[in-house]
Amino acid sequence: MDDGGPGIGRHRREVPLVPVASVAARALVSVIAIMTFLASLAAGAAVLVAGASRDWQASIARDATVQVMPAANRDVEADVARAASVARAAPGVASAEPLSRDRSAELLEPWLGSGLDLADLPVPRLVALKLRAGARLDAAALGAALDAAVPGATLDDHGAWRRRLSAVAGALVGFAGAVCALVLSALGLAVGFATRGAMAGNREIIGVLHFVGAEDRFIARAFGRHFLRLGLQGAAIGGGLAALAFPLADLLTARFAGDAAADQVGALFGTFALGPGGYGAIASIALVTALATGWTSRRIVFRHLRGLE
Amino acid sequence: MVRFENVGLRYDTGPEVLKDLCFDVAPQSFQFLTGPSGAGKTTLLRLMLLSLKPTRGLITLFDRDAATLDKDGVTAFRRRIGVVFQDFRLLDHLTTYENVALPLRVQGRDEATYRAEVTELLRWVGLGQRLHAHPQVLSGGEKQRAAIARALIVRPELLLADEPTGNVDPPLARRLLRLFMELHRSGTSVVIATHDLALMDQFADVRRLVIGERRLTVHG
Repeated sequence: MDDGGPGIGRHRREVPLVPVASVAARALVSVIAIMTFLASLAAGAAVLVAGASRDWQASIARDATVQVMPAANRDVEADVARAASVARAAPGVASAEPLSRDRSAELLEPWLGSGLDLADLPVPRLVALKLRAGARLDAAALGAALDAAVPGATLDDHGAWRRRLSAVAGALVGFAGAVCALVLSALGLAVGFATRGAMAGNREIIGVLHFVGAEDRFIARAFGRHFLRLGLQGAAIGGGLAALAFPLADLLTARFAGDAAADQVGALFGTFALGPGGYGAIASIALVTALATGWTSRRIVFRHLRGLE
Repeated sequence: MVRFENVGLRYDTGPEVLKDLCFDVAPQSFQFLTGPSGAGKTTLLRLMLLSLKPTRGLITLFDRDAATLDKDGVTAFRRRIGVVFQDFRLLDHLTTYENVALPLRVQGRDEATYRAEVTELLRWVGLGQRLHAHPQVLSGGEKQRAAIARALIVRPELLLADEPTGNVDPPLARRLLRLFMELHRSGTSVVIATHDLALMDQFADVRRLVIGERRLTVHG
């Protein structure tokens, strides 16, 4: 017997029992691709915002400000110098530089206009502190020391800003996570409908498989494999496009740097460079989408077949 | 092998479409199941194939009460039965070879273990040159033979064929029937549903199960 006769080798790779090419299958691949793209964008944006928030907070945490209020019968310049000296002596402080009168005028210029003479106004003077990397500032102790040395001097360690930024970033990340979850839930529903549609369209195949002795597990596996394949295709397309979208956005913001809108976007997201964590998140979403597609359809088919009993 | 005792079938609350069926199919036997169109031949085959449940009576299959079988049990029994459908029921997206190999594939067998077997059977039924053809391009007779090959590939203990000669010309019908006879001689019980009296008359000594007026009578 010539079992390796011409053409027989073609059968070594088993043909899927559920027909691969159909309008419904192509539509489902498109839906999965769009959903994966949207979920990946949401996840990528969350990663970017979380990263930018960490950068903002780290940057703010490295700075602190001493504010010296001018008071009658006191030499404000001497108070500023004393406050800077007390701050320099505090543990964790790398430098303490009083802002000159001119620099203070510059800071107030957007609100009060140019040509300002601070001597005419009771404007507080500032000392900019730089903290040592990794060091923790004992804000309460430094605040008390400043208050004792210079009446009316206060320390702002930017804690309120950090908390607000953290809350905003957390809300944005949560929102992105919710969008991601909603998109994936919608995808689950779409896969459910598509599976039921595919079963209705392939009722004859299911019938024949039953008559030739196929177990429900075998049929469910065949459908599960079919939908896993569609899920992998859609997820690869959607995830791939999302992975390309971020470097493209990065290129565009670099291209339009200096433009007001681009600068605002840059201020919020930093750059669009995702980094390994972001690409890892996109790959995970694509993988989870594909696996969930296969698993969901397999469960639905199995339940449907059990119901046929 | 198959025993029906006072079996009746009705759909929902309608009248009985088959009533008081009493007959058996012995091991290694050959019989025609006949009767006018619409008499219930296909329905009776579906009862034997356990794709329909009787509303009364007892069906015993391979010495087991069919009513006691769970789904896996039904599947196990179907693997001992070959079935040829009147409308062939070949899967259009599979080739002739893949259609015929389907019963072995669903059993989880590796393709390498049955490749030679399937090819040989297809040559035996005269489809050696049509291994890679899809059903859409096969003639009625070729589809019929592919459907028969699919039923035979598992070497069934019982073969149920529904109008297997209904779509072929008389010479091919006789050839197919001889093929069933050959299978019967090799030890398989065969039940062939047909309303082709001329064909049955050529095998006058074969037992006939005749359905009429919703009842079944046995001749021979």
